[in-house]
Amino acid sequence: MSNNESHITSYALNFKVLLVLLILTTITILVIKAHLGAFTVAVALTLASIKCAIVLTYFMHLKFESLILRLMVGGVFLLFAIIIVITFIDYYFR
Amino acid sequence: MSTTDHNAHSEHSEYIDSDTGKMGMWLFLFTELFLFGGLFIVYAVMRSKYGEDFHHAALELNAFIGATNTVVLLVSSMTVAMSLTAIQKKQKNLAIGLIFFTILLAGVFLVNKYFEYGHKFALNLYPGSDVMRNLPHGEIMFFGLYFLMTGLHLFHVVVGGILLTIIMLKIKSGRINEEHFLLHENGALYWHLVDLIWIFLFPLLYLIT
Amino acid sequence: MNNQTPTAPLNYLNHKTGLWSWLSSTDHKRIGLLYFYCIVTFFLSAAVLGLLMKIEKVAPGETIMTAQTYNAMFTLHGIIMIFIVVIPGLAAVFGNIMLPIMIGAKDVAFPKLNLFSFYLFLGGACIALYSQFAHGHSPDTGWTFYVPYSAEASSNVVIALTAAFTLGFASILTGLNFIVTIHTMRAPGMTWFRMPLFPWSLYATAWIQLLATPVVGITLLMVIAERTLHVGFFDPKLGGDPVLYQHLFWIYSHPAVYVMILPAMGVVTEIFPTFSQKPVFGYVPIVFSSLAIALVGYFVWGHHMFTSGMSYESRWFFSLLTFLVAIPSAIKVFNWLSTMYGGSVDLQPPLLYAISFIFLFTIGGFTGLTLGSVATDIQVHNTDFVVAHFHYIIFGGMGFGFFAGIHYWFPKIYGRMYNIRWANIGWGILFTGFNLTYFPMFIMGIQGMPRRYFDYDPKFQLGQTISTIGAVILFTGLITMISNLIYHSKKGAIAPANPWHGVTLEWQIPSPPPHENFDEVPVITRGPYVFDNPHTK
Repeated sequence: MSNNESHITSYALNFKVLLVLLILTTITILVIKAHLGAFTVAVALTLASIKCAIVLTYFMHLKFESLILRLMVGGVFLLFAIIIVITFIDYYFR
Repeated sequence: MSTTDHNAHSEHSEYIDSDTGKMGMWLFLFTELFLFGGLFIVYAVMRSKYGEDFHHAALELNAFIGATNTVVLLVSSMTVAMSLTAIQKKQKNLAIGLIFFTILLAGVFLVNKYFEYGHKFALNLYPGSDVMRNLPHGEIMFFGLYFLMTGLHLFHVVVGGILLTIIMLKIKSGRINEEHFLLHENGALYWHLVDLIWIFLFPLLYLIT
Repeated sequence: MNNQTPTAPLNYLNHKTGLWSWLSSTDHKRIGLLYFYCIVTFFLSAAVLGLLMKIEKVAPGETIMTAQTYNAMFTLHGIIMIFIVVIPGLAAVFGNIMLPIMIGAKDVAFPKLNLFSFYLFLGGACIALYSQFAHGHSPDTGWTFYVPYSAEASSNVVIALTAAFTLGFASILTGLNFIVTIHTMRAPGMTWFRMPLFPWSLYATAWIQLLATPVVGITLLMVIAERTLHVGFFDPKLGGDPVLYQHLFWIYSHPAVYVMILPAMGVVTEIFPTFSQKPVFGYVPIVFSSLAIALVGYFVWGHHMFTSGMSYESRWFFSLLTFLVAIPSAIKVFNWLSTMYGGSVDLQPPLLYAISFIFLFTIGGFTGLTLGSVATDIQVHNTDFVVAHFHYIIFGGMGFGFFAGIHYWFPKIYGRMYNIRWANIGWGILFTGFNLTYFPMFIMGIQGMPRRYFDYDPKFQLGQTISTIGAVILFTGLITMISNLIYHSKKGAIAPANPWHGVTLEWQIPSPPPHENFDEVPVITRGPYVFDNPHTK
């Protein structure tokens, strides 16, 4: 029962995180409406990944979790990225 | 992660250790991630094959509803995180209120989706319909993925809503309190995952016009 | 289960009696045994199917069944053997029974979830059977469910897919449970590198179960969507890509091979030190080779698709990685042999099975390299060579590993000893039958005998007949082995707590183990394989 020592995220921090996420969402929409051509998807995905990282870190409290859990989360995302890359070794060269 | 009634007095058997329970939940989230991951792989392959058609088909989607739902999910993600703060600070009523608000937002999401899907069905745009079968290949793929991805996500919203309702009732009855809130934490983690998936679905499906 | 004498000390088998106490038990040992009985039942029925297929091939032409029946049989044989027997197999049976004991825990981290996964497994198994008897044709797609055929076949493919999906989730939840158990439930003093090697192999396995299975889950859902809603992801007529299905399918199903073989490697890694009375050679390399197999095994799925029209670069890449997986596997073989070297080797049935595991696994592994190199694969693709190869790996590896495990832990699980002589005889018949059945298939495969054919060119007559005779001997061996075990699980002589003089934790508690495993929590002060009992001197 180690709940008593677990970190309490303040209301203010939660609210700030939401603000940042909303701003990033707005930027995403604006960037896409600006028609950057080939870069559009790259920018949209990068912004989505940043949002994803923020949700993981603050809302999902990963910042305050044990190192092993953080390594697991990182490893899982890395694994998924590698799988996509390997799949595209086929599709890109076909 | 469920609890039993008959030994409510012996703490050790009723409550699973917090770190253990949380790790279990995270591992479960990994499987969810790979479940959607399979669909993202298909999306990536099909998009690289049919970029133009995807572009064109995405115009059919209502980006305004998509954006609204994004905001709805982001706000709900915050409220569920705040309710966890509230329970830890022993503000029971506030915690219940915040969870209730989160469930309400889940409801708003569902209503939006209802209108969105309803519109598609009105246009006879659904998997297997004659209209869809006669579209260009890439557009068939896009709408197929659109329905499967948002459909699976919708299923998760419903499950998350049910889970949050259970949590709300347990806070009311005092089974979740400032000492024992593992279920609350895990429910919140699940809800954040629903949000995470949508963070990727939104630009990939609605914004690629 | 409950006919022990009243004076016998209470243990997990007799502390509660009645069918319901078994079906509702959250005790990891009882759940493991439930899995065991289910898996053995399914194994025997699928083995009968295999035997019938072999009898069909005793002579060219139709002998005992039609082509359609033959197709349904190899599909059912594959689905049962892969999804119900070998994927859960070792992890669900020995993992459940032994993992908590070997790390000094009372139970797994989530006992109720454990019971739930068992019922998911049972449900999935029932759905798989239902697909055979439901209205319509039995599925005839093979266990791989390749599109476009699986999307168009008129047989009960949707039911079979649902079964595979359900079984997959049972496997995910077991893996989840084991990872958390190993992370949080180890006894005080048991650091990661004081953990025995069977739990280590289960740890590597559990990650694959957790991270690969969902991909096939969603893929099977997509095929169901394909059949019911005509979405068209994999249908070339609608612009879909059938090769994409193969990618997604093998992203899971290749790592699944390591889900099968890694725990078997873990079991024999326990057996070699015990029967050599010598610490395992190279503990740390074995740990890392397990993790390396799990990791690299994740990235080699494409070697199942060399003839499917992948890009040249992709074939090159997958072939290279496939050769890399051979390295950690070879490290293990080297370590097992070195463990026996210079030890006081006691040739008991578990060790016989473990040594034949090395022999058969090595043949399977080398022929795997033949298949992993693009040029030779194109020659033998879709022939009996492939069938022989994976039976050497799956049956010769995982199957013999399982038999080694049951002979090793039998006295611990039941508190009674089987007949050693009959176990040895059973092993002899089994081993002979196995090689007679599958080795000719290598040769016929190279000569061009295609797999999944119910008929053949008369020039294969000799090989096919030898193979059929081998299958009959093999089946006799299985029956000999299993009847010896069943009979002595109730009537055998009472076994001591530590009949093999093992040193891991499961041998330090009574046989059968008490309900809560340990009377007091063990404190670990040294590595798992330190042999200092007087017996060795």
